[in-house]
Amino acid sequence: MKIIVEAGTENRPEQGEFKMKQIVVISGKGGTGKTVLTASFAALSKNKVMVDCDVDAADLHLLLHPTIKVRHEFRSGKTARIDKDLCQGCGECINACRFDAISQDFAVDPVSCEGCTICSYVCPSGAITLEENISGEWFVSHTKYGILVHAKLGIAEENSGKLVMVVRQAAKDIAEKEGLEYVIIDGPPGIGCPVIASLSGSDMAVVVTEPTVSGIHDMQRVVQVAGHFGIPTKVVINKYDINLENSESIKQICEQADIEVVALLPFSRQVSESIVQGIPLVEFSSNGIAGDIALLWERIK
Amino acid sequence: MIVTVASGKGGTGKTTIAVNLALALRNIQFLDCDVEEPNAQLFLKADIRSRKAATIRVPEVDEALCNYCGRCREVCAYNAIAVLALDEDIKKGSILIFPHLCHGCGGCTLLCPQNAVKEVNKEIGVIEAGNAGELEFIHGRLNIGEIMSPPLIRQVKEYINPEKTVIIDAPPGTSCPVIASLKGSDFCILVTEPTPFGLNDLILAVEVLRKLELPFGVVVNRSDIGNDKVDSYCLEESIPILMRIPFDREIASLYSKGIPIIEEKKEYIGKFREMFDFIMSINQKSFVM
Repeated sequence: MKIIVEAGTENRPEQGEFKMKQIVVISGKGGTGKTVLTASFAALSKNKVMVDCDVDAADLHLLLHPTIKVRHEFRSGKTARIDKDLCQGCGECINACRFDAISQDFAVDPVSCEGCTICSYVCPSGAITLEENISGEWFVSHTKYGILVHAKLGIAEENSGKLVMVVRQAAKDIAEKEGLEYVIIDGPPGIGCPVIASLSGSDMAVVVTEPTVSGIHDMQRVVQVAGHFGIPTKVVINKYDINLENSESIKQICEQADIEVVALLPFSRQVSESIVQGIPLVEFSSNGIAGDIALLWERIK
Repeated sequence: MIVTVASGKGGTGKTTIAVNLALALRNIQFLDCDVEEPNAQLFLKADIRSRKAATIRVPEVDEALCNYCGRCREVCAYNAIAVLALDEDIKKGSILIFPHLCHGCGGCTLLCPQNAVKEVNKEIGVIEAGNAGELEFIHGRLNIGEIMSPPLIRQVKEYINPEKTVIIDAPPGTSCPVIASLKGSDFCILVTEPTPFGLNDLILAVEVLRKLELPFGVVVNRSDIGNDKVDSYCLEESIPILMRIPFDREIASLYSKGIPIIEEKKEYIGKFREMFDFIMSINQKSFVM
């Protein structure tokens, strides 16, 4: 399989009658059920490719059990290296570095170094070079549900947003080439760089929240982010019965913002049991919450 | 003493642990560094007394001085500047700056041969400070649509008062925002849950802490769901388990309403204090070693 990753093809016009739909599952707050939902969508849908965009704490593979077919290095950014033999100890690099990445004895802290390269320009003795980082790996894998594109960011590495863009583009290319109907994206928590990279150019954001004060707060922020980027948004209230009053508030907030609440899923011990078994919830059981998720998929697909 | 509460996986209970630990102790300064989704204030309800815009410095080009030589574009490692060369016919070129890509390294300003680039402030969020009883509270809130949280996290951490016990609530994950929160801490509490997701993300977080050479321990939340693999992993890796909190619908309900556990379940005050004493004892040992 050959995968071409191109930048700047985000708004490529649709070819012919083929229309692919990119659905991204996000939440703002972590642990609300993104991955459980994504894995269930993977099991319920046909003609799709899955992407795990939570590249710094990826979990989708634990439910989909991929066999890696193609492995790619993710090269991103640079780290300064100081040649101690050439260094005259003038300190220009320390003065120029905004990231406090160079110590008084001219050692570079690779974790703090953001690869801006300015030290190499100000060094009068040419003692600083920049080395390209291998910041992680990404994979195209087979699963019994279809292709999964996923990644592993290196330990304490940066540029998770860029890695998200790489895996999304790869998935989109696969979907276009194979004529697949859906790209199903498991998003990261938060509202920052990797979330925006997961959202941009997608066709629908499914926001999973829970009826807690944190869940409500975080949902409101992530819904605003999706709105900011013009992505149509639907809300799922997970564990709605933990606090019915808060679930009611979420419904009101969504109504005011003209956002459809597409499902209310109950708290269920089946969820953690299915994770322990390592299978999508809809395959672990067919009644209760699993049935609700099947209905949910019918409503958003 | 700076204790940071982190976790690979989101929603394991970082804020719960950080807030209850802070409320169980005295002389505390609390920093919420989960600037993308700051939640601690929902529980601490601090009286906010000051607000300050958090800014980063981004370049601005004085086109009266610029000769479109392209040096700024050349030195920018983040592709945040595009330069269209001087068109000799109309004596005009063009400069485009993409502020959301800028890391604020200052290279373009420093290296422009025409001194045409200066740095201006761009707001990325807000830092709010106040008090909840005798607890000192600070948090950052990233503006909607901004992508770069580490500079805001670093600015929140400028408030650190070394005279106090500092508790930092970190964002989830293992990448830049987490590292920015962890740097300079004396100890990290990793919160997890005993499921394959919890374990997978715990292992990633442990790798980060080992790379940063920070001492740490684990809190197992909802300790009676899932399986025992988190326990056996911690045992094999000699990672201390600091506390276990069983799943309890009452705790879940308190959390949903924004009520700290120790306000309603007083037995937890002692548990959090014991955990802190244990952390202090581990830390002394690791300093000796």
